[in-house]
Amino acid sequence: MTLPAEPAPSPPLLQATGLAILRGERLVLAGLDLELGRGGALLLTGPNGAGKSTLLRALAGLCPLDAGRLLWNGLDVFADPAAHAGRIAHLGHQDALKPGLTLRENLLLAAALGGGDIAASLDLFGLLALAGLPARLLSAGQRRRAALARVHLLGAPLWLLDEPSLGLDHAALDRLGAVLATHRAAGGLVVAATHVGLPLPDAFVLRLGA
Amino acid sequence: MSGRPAGAVARFRAVLGRDLRLSARHAADTLAATLFFLLAGALFPLALGPSPELLRRMAPGIVWVCALLAALLPLDRLFGAELEDGSLDQLMLCGLPAPAVALAKIAAHWLCTGLPLLLAAAPLGLMLGLPVPTLPVLLAGLGLGTMVLSLLGGMAAAIVLGARRGGVLLPLLVLPLATPALIFGAAAVDAAQAGLDWHPDLLLLGAFLAGALPACPLAAGAGLRAASE
Repeated sequence: MTLPAEPAPSPPLLQATGLAILRGERLVLAGLDLELGRGGALLLTGPNGAGKSTLLRALAGLCPLDAGRLLWNGLDVFADPAAHAGRIAHLGHQDALKPGLTLRENLLLAAALGGGDIAASLDLFGLLALAGLPARLLSAGQRRRAALARVHLLGAPLWLLDEPSLGLDHAALDRLGAVLATHRAAGGLVVAATHVGLPLPDAFVLRLGA
Repeated sequence: MSGRPAGAVARFRAVLGRDLRLSARHAADTLAATLFFLLAGALFPLALGPSPELLRRMAPGIVWVCALLAALLPLDRLFGAELEDGSLDQLMLCGLPAPAVALAKIAAHWLCTGLPLLLAAAPLGLMLGLPVPTLPVLLAGLGLGTMVLSLLGGMAAAIVLGARRGGVLLPLLVLPLATPALIFGAAAVDAAQAGLDWHPDLLLLGAFLAGALPACPLAAGAGLRAASE
């Protein structure tokens, strides 16, 4: 991360105003505003179906907005979706690992895109010893950690995490906390949806669909 | 970390490389289309009787129809597997426009299905009694034709993505669109057998490919974006 260390308060890098999203006939999100500056973290909470995943996908540019604006550094995200995609690491509720490929091979695409070091990212989540194992042999928690390693590997400033702690044990949760803290210390942004709370100190909390 | 170092071409290569790696790992699935092609072609002499004259006349059509059907086989999984395991989102966020992602997947489909079909077409043609001098015409036509089939197939696979019974819809979409390729491809070999000029047929096939090359990835990209919403 080569972002300059700016004096607080840092200007908002990610800014959304009046977001509204329809899924089919149902209004999932309406009139939503949010702002997040460098090093900021936002925790999305709320009951099932409140629109947490939908909001994350909208912030990623995957899901079109029915109203409102989404700005990155003051520029409209949808003016250049490919550039926005380059700023994002998205962790969906699925791990997106190919069962037939080894853990290392599964991360090759992310390494090529982000220019990161696979071994270093795997090591952060304690997976280095399993790098040569086909993904189908991994446990649910290990697969989740592999998906998190891919997020780290992409080297993107904005991390969008959908239930990142799903299936993680305490040790892995601590590792995740450390990685998130490092990312934020370097000026990175985190938006995470969760039911159970995450190791994200002084994160803003946005409760959806209450 | 402010922006990813890889350029657009490098990203395209990375997506293509990932698909080729997947195909290499699942080699049995990859070869299934080629084996289907050879087996289906070998059924015709059994059904039609071993008359060399009849088989030679029908050979171009048999080879082309079998290639068309064989190219359909892996299409169902081309994008379906990506949608099911969440990889489609990762691909849509790889920093390439959706049509470029579709083109990379289509190129991978051609390299893993079209190219092996092309290699298998020569022995199948010889088995059916095609004269050796017409083989280059058959292969040139199939070379263009398999690219057209990959493009049309990739487009259809992306469009039916997420639809119920997409696997049934897929051939219904692809087969009518592929008829021009079939007609001109088989006609070129017929013309070569009859000693006529086969250039116009292959030129028309090339024109069809030139039209499909920009149009199909664009439509496929729209399909992928709709499916990932």
